[in-house]
Amino acid sequence: MAIDVRIPTILRSYTGGAKAVTGAGDNLSELLANLDGTYPGLRGRLITPEGGLHRFVNIYVNDEDVRFLGSLDAKISDGDTVTILPAVAGGAFGLAAAAAVLGR
Amino acid sequence: MRIGRLVAVLTIHREIIEAIVAHARRDHPDEACGVVAGPVGSDAPARHIPMENAERSTTFYRFDSTEQLRVWREMDDLDEEPVVIYHSHTATEPYPSRTDISYAGEPNAHYLLVSTRDPQTAEIRSFRILDGQVSEEPVQLVGESMDAMRSYEENGDPHAVQSFMFGQSPAAVDYECQR
Repeated sequence: MAIDVRIPTILRSYTGGAKAVTGAGDNLSELLANLDGTYPGLRGRLITPEGGLHRFVNIYVNDEDVRFLGSLDAKISDGDTVTILPAVAGGAFGLAAAAAVLGR
Repeated sequence: MRIGRLVAVLTIHREIIEAIVAHARRDHPDEACGVVAGPVGSDAPARHIPMENAERSTTFYRFDSTEQLRVWREMDDLDEEPVVIYHSHTATEPYPSRTDISYAGEPNAHYLLVSTRDPQTAEIRSFRILDGQVSEEPVQLVGESMDAMRSYEENGDPHAVQSFMFGQSPAAVDYECQR
Protein backbone atom coordinates (compact mmCIF):
# COMPACT_ATOMS: atom_id res chain seq x y z
CA MET A 1 0.00 0.00 0.00
CA ALA A 2 1.55 3.28 -1.06
CA ILE A 3 1.03 6.61 0.65
CA ASP A 4 2.42 9.76 -0.95
CA VAL A 5 4.28 11.81 1.66
CA ARG A 6 5.30 15.46 1.13
CA ILE A 7 8.47 16.45 2.94
CA PRO A 8 9.17 20.09 3.97
CA THR A 9 12.47 21.77 3.06
CA ILE A 10 13.82 21.54 6.60
CA LEU A 11 13.48 17.72 6.70
CA ARG A 12 14.76 16.94 3.21
CA SER A 13 18.21 16.24 4.63
CA TYR A 14 16.65 12.96 5.83
CA THR A 15 15.25 12.03 2.41
CA GLY A 16 18.31 12.74 0.29
CA GLY A 17 16.73 16.01 -0.83
CA ALA A 18 13.50 14.37 -2.01
CA LYS A 19 10.42 16.56 -1.80
CA ALA A 20 8.02 13.62 -1.93
CA VAL A 21 8.50 10.02 -0.85
CA THR A 22 6.24 7.00 -0.45
CA GLY A 23 5.52 4.97 2.64
CA ALA A 24 3.08 2.40 3.97
CA GLY A 25 0.80 1.92 6.98
CA ASP A 26 -2.82 1.86 8.09
CA ASN A 27 -2.44 4.82 10.40
CA LEU A 28 -0.03 7.72 10.93
CA SER A 29 1.93 5.90 13.61
CA GLU A 30 2.61 2.94 11.29
CA LEU A 31 3.45 5.23 8.40
CA LEU A 32 6.04 7.15 10.45
CA ALA A 33 7.62 3.88 11.66
CA ASN A 34 7.74 2.65 8.06
CA LEU A 35 9.31 5.92 6.85
CA ASP A 36 11.88 5.84 9.62
CA GLY A 37 13.05 2.45 8.33
CA THR A 38 13.85 4.02 4.97
CA TYR A 39 14.85 7.47 6.25
CA PRO A 40 16.37 6.99 9.72
CA GLY A 41 15.89 9.93 12.05
CA LEU A 42 12.86 11.39 10.30
CA ARG A 43 10.38 10.07 12.87
CA GLY A 44 12.40 11.62 15.70
CA ARG A 45 11.83 15.07 14.22
CA LEU A 46 8.05 14.57 14.24
CA ILE A 47 7.42 12.68 17.48
CA THR A 48 8.42 13.77 20.99
CA PRO A 49 10.35 11.41 23.29
CA GLU A 50 7.02 10.93 25.11
CA GLY A 51 5.47 9.62 21.90
CA GLY A 52 3.21 12.54 20.99
CA LEU A 53 3.11 14.60 17.83
CA HIS A 54 5.67 17.41 18.05
CA ARG A 55 4.14 20.87 18.40
CA PHE A 56 6.66 22.27 15.89
CA VAL A 57 5.11 20.35 13.00
CA ASN A 58 1.75 20.06 11.29
CA ILE A 59 0.87 16.78 9.60
CA TYR A 60 -2.12 16.50 7.28
CA VAL A 61 -3.92 13.52 5.75
CA ASN A 62 -5.17 14.93 2.47
CA ASP A 63 -6.73 18.26 3.50
CA GLU A 64 -7.15 17.62 7.21
CA ASP A 65 -4.80 18.39 10.11
CA VAL A 66 -4.23 15.05 11.90
CA ARG A 67 -4.85 16.81 15.23
CA PHE A 68 -8.52 16.65 14.17
CA LEU A 69 -8.23 13.01 13.08
CA GLY A 70 -6.91 11.35 16.21
CA SER A 71 -3.30 12.48 15.81
CA LEU A 72 -1.02 9.41 15.49
CA ASP A 73 -4.07 7.14 15.27
CA ALA A 74 -5.31 8.95 12.15
CA LYS A 75 -6.39 6.36 9.58
CA ILE A 76 -4.63 6.33 6.23
CA SER A 77 -5.66 4.54 3.05
CA ASP A 78 -3.95 3.68 -0.18
CA GLY A 79 -3.76 6.74 -2.41
CA ASP A 80 -3.91 9.26 0.45
CA THR A 81 -1.45 12.13 0.53
CA VAL A 82 0.26 12.96 3.82
CA THR A 83 1.77 16.44 4.01
CA ILE A 84 4.28 17.51 6.64
CA LEU A 85 4.78 21.25 7.23
CA PRO A 86 6.68 23.18 9.88
CA ALA A 87 4.18 24.83 12.22
CA VAL A 88 4.60 28.58 11.91
CA ALA A 89 4.23 30.13 15.34
CA GLY A 90 6.01 32.28 17.86
CA GLY A 91 5.53 35.65 19.45
CA ALA A 92 6.83 37.98 22.07
CA PHE A 93 5.98 35.66 24.95
CA GLY A 94 8.48 33.08 26.23
CA LEU A 95 7.87 29.52 25.08
CA ALA A 96 7.47 28.02 28.55
CA ALA A 97 5.04 30.74 29.58
CA ALA A 98 3.09 30.40 26.34
CA ALA A 99 2.86 26.63 26.72
CA ALA A 100 1.58 27.01 30.28
CA VAL A 101 -1.02 29.62 29.35
CA LEU A 102 -2.17 27.77 26.24
CA GLY A 103 -2.22 24.42 28.01
CA ARG A 104 0.17 22.56 25.71
CA MET B 1 28.29 38.34 4.38
CA ARG B 2 26.85 34.99 3.37
CA ILE B 3 25.05 32.27 5.28
CA GLY B 4 25.36 29.13 3.20
CA ARG B 5 24.24 30.03 -0.30
CA LEU B 6 22.19 32.95 0.93
CA VAL B 7 23.15 36.58 0.77
CA ALA B 8 22.48 38.04 4.19
CA VAL B 9 20.31 40.97 3.27
CA LEU B 10 16.58 41.25 2.77
CA THR B 11 15.78 43.17 -0.39
CA ILE B 12 12.08 43.94 -0.50
CA HIS B 13 9.75 46.30 -2.30
CA ARG B 14 8.67 49.28 -0.25
CA GLU B 15 5.01 48.66 -1.05
CA ILE B 16 5.20 45.18 0.50
CA ILE B 17 6.72 46.63 3.68
CA GLU B 18 3.93 49.22 3.77
CA ALA B 19 1.32 46.46 3.39
CA ILE B 20 2.93 44.41 6.18
CA VAL B 21 3.03 47.43 8.51
CA ALA B 22 -0.59 48.24 7.64
CA HIS B 23 -1.56 44.66 8.52
CA ALA B 24 0.34 44.87 11.82
CA ARG B 25 -1.33 48.20 12.67
CA ARG B 26 -4.77 46.82 11.79
CA ASP B 27 -4.41 43.81 14.10
CA HIS B 28 -2.70 45.73 16.95
CA PRO B 29 -2.73 44.99 19.92
CA ASP B 30 -2.92 41.38 18.70
CA GLU B 31 0.12 40.03 16.89
CA ALA B 32 -0.23 39.91 13.11
CA CYS B 33 1.49 37.33 10.91
CA GLY B 34 1.93 36.38 7.30
CA VAL B 35 4.13 35.38 4.42
CA VAL B 36 5.69 36.96 1.37
CA ALA B 37 6.06 34.34 -1.35
CA GLY B 38 8.56 34.48 -4.18
CA PRO B 39 9.88 32.21 -6.92
CA VAL B 40 11.85 29.22 -5.55
CA GLY B 41 15.55 30.08 -5.22
CA SER B 42 15.06 33.72 -6.22
CA ASP B 43 15.26 35.21 -2.71
CA ALA B 44 12.86 37.82 -4.11
CA PRO B 45 9.73 38.43 -2.03
CA ALA B 46 6.89 39.19 -4.47
CA ARG B 47 3.45 38.16 -3.24
CA HIS B 48 2.19 39.35 0.16
CA ILE B 49 -0.14 36.91 1.92
CA PRO B 50 -1.55 38.16 5.26
CA MET B 51 -2.44 35.15 7.45
CA GLU B 52 -4.88 34.71 10.31
CA ASN B 53 -3.33 34.61 13.76
CA ALA B 54 -5.20 31.54 15.02
CA GLU B 55 -4.27 32.49 18.60
CA ARG B 56 -5.64 36.06 18.38
CA SER B 57 -3.19 36.96 21.10
CA THR B 58 -1.16 40.01 22.07
CA THR B 59 1.87 37.84 22.84
CA PHE B 60 1.65 34.76 20.63
CA TYR B 61 0.88 33.87 17.04
CA ARG B 62 0.24 30.69 15.15
CA PHE B 63 -0.76 30.21 11.53
CA ASP B 64 -4.11 28.48 11.25
CA SER B 65 -3.02 25.00 10.13
CA THR B 66 -5.73 24.62 7.48
CA GLU B 67 -5.03 28.04 5.98
CA GLN B 68 -1.32 27.26 6.04
CA LEU B 69 -1.79 24.04 4.07
CA ARG B 70 -3.83 25.88 1.45
CA VAL B 71 -1.24 28.68 1.14
CA TRP B 72 1.76 26.32 1.10
CA ARG B 73 0.10 24.19 -1.63
CA GLU B 74 -0.65 27.30 -3.65
CA MET B 75 3.01 28.35 -3.39
CA ASP B 76 4.04 24.84 -4.45
CA ASP B 77 1.75 24.99 -7.49
CA LEU B 78 3.24 28.36 -8.48
CA ASP B 79 6.86 27.21 -7.89
CA GLU B 80 7.10 29.66 -5.01
CA GLU B 81 8.46 29.38 -1.50
CA PRO B 82 8.04 31.49 1.64
CA VAL B 83 10.80 34.09 1.15
CA VAL B 84 9.64 36.16 4.13
CA ILE B 85 7.74 35.02 7.22
CA TYR B 86 6.68 37.99 9.31
CA HIS B 87 4.94 38.72 12.55
CA SER B 88 4.51 41.66 14.85
CA HIS B 89 5.47 42.26 18.45
CA THR B 90 3.00 44.77 19.80
CA ALA B 91 4.62 45.88 23.07
CA THR B 92 8.27 44.85 22.76
CA GLU B 93 11.24 45.22 20.46
CA PRO B 94 11.23 43.49 17.07
CA TYR B 95 13.75 40.82 18.03
CA PRO B 96 13.10 37.05 17.87
CA SER B 97 11.95 35.62 21.18
CA ARG B 98 13.02 32.15 22.24
CA THR B 99 9.60 30.97 21.07
CA ASP B 100 10.25 32.44 17.62
CA ILE B 101 13.61 30.68 17.47
CA SER B 102 12.20 27.33 18.60
CA TYR B 103 9.58 27.37 15.88
CA ALA B 104 11.68 28.73 13.01
CA GLY B 105 11.26 25.90 10.50
CA GLU B 106 11.81 27.44 7.08
CA PRO B 107 15.57 27.51 6.51
CA ASN B 108 15.32 29.66 3.37
CA ALA B 109 13.07 32.31 4.90
CA HIS B 110 13.88 35.78 6.15
CA TYR B 111 12.14 36.22 9.50
CA LEU B 112 10.82 39.76 9.52
CA LEU B 113 9.65 41.32 12.77
CA VAL B 114 7.65 44.51 13.06
CA SER B 115 7.08 46.27 16.36
CA THR B 116 3.95 48.38 16.64
CA ARG B 117 4.70 49.51 20.21
CA ASP B 118 5.12 53.08 18.96
CA PRO B 119 1.95 54.34 17.26
CA GLN B 120 3.86 56.60 14.85
CA THR B 121 6.99 54.68 14.01
CA ALA B 122 7.03 51.02 13.00
CA GLU B 123 10.32 49.31 13.87
CA ILE B 124 11.31 46.68 11.34
CA ARG B 125 14.12 44.14 11.59
CA SER B 126 15.00 41.03 9.61
CA PHE B 127 16.73 37.84 10.72
CA ARG B 128 17.92 34.46 9.56
CA ILE B 129 17.20 31.72 12.05
CA LEU B 130 19.07 28.47 11.44
CA ASP B 131 19.56 25.67 13.98
CA GLY B 132 18.77 27.98 16.88
CA GLN B 133 21.19 30.66 15.75
CA VAL B 134 19.88 34.14 15.00
CA SER B 135 21.67 36.48 12.57
CA GLU B 136 20.35 39.93 11.94
CA GLU B 137 20.57 41.26 8.39
CA PRO B 138 19.94 44.66 6.84
CA VAL B 139 16.67 45.45 5.10
CA GLN B 140 17.08 47.07 1.71
CA LEU B 141 14.02 48.75 0.27
CA VAL B 142 13.43 48.99 -3.46
CA GLY B 143 10.78 50.87 -5.39
CA GLU B 144 8.86 53.97 -4.56
CA SER B 145 5.86 53.88 -2.30
CA MET B 146 2.41 54.82 -3.50
CA ASP B 147 1.95 56.92 -0.39
CA ALA B 148 5.24 58.68 -0.92
CA MET B 149 4.39 59.40 -4.54
CA ARG B 150 1.03 60.79 -3.55
CA SER B 151 2.71 62.80 -0.85
CA TYR B 152 5.27 64.08 -3.38
CA GLU B 153 2.47 65.19 -5.69
CA GLU B 154 0.72 66.95 -2.85
CA ASN B 155 3.55 68.71 -1.06
CA GLY B 156 6.76 67.99 -2.92
CA ASP B 157 8.28 65.84 -0.21
CA PRO B 158 8.75 62.20 -1.27
CA HIS B 159 9.53 61.11 2.28
CA ALA B 160 6.85 62.99 4.19
CA VAL B 161 4.88 59.88 5.16
CA GLN B 162 7.78 57.64 6.08
CA SER B 163 7.41 56.24 9.51
CA PHE B 164 9.67 53.19 9.44
CA MET B 165 12.74 52.54 11.50
CA PHE B 166 15.03 49.73 10.42
CA GLY B 167 17.37 48.06 12.87
CA GLN B 168 20.36 47.17 10.75
CA SER B 169 23.14 46.36 13.16
CA PRO B 170 24.44 42.92 12.17
CA ALA B 171 24.49 40.73 15.25
CA ALA B 172 24.57 37.02 15.93
CA VAL B 173 23.07 35.56 19.08
CA ASP B 174 23.48 31.88 19.83
CA TYR B 175 20.57 30.52 21.84
CA GLU B 176 21.63 26.91 21.47
CA CYS B 177 22.79 26.54 25.05
CA GLN B 178 19.36 27.60 26.34
CA ARG B 179 17.28 25.01 24.48
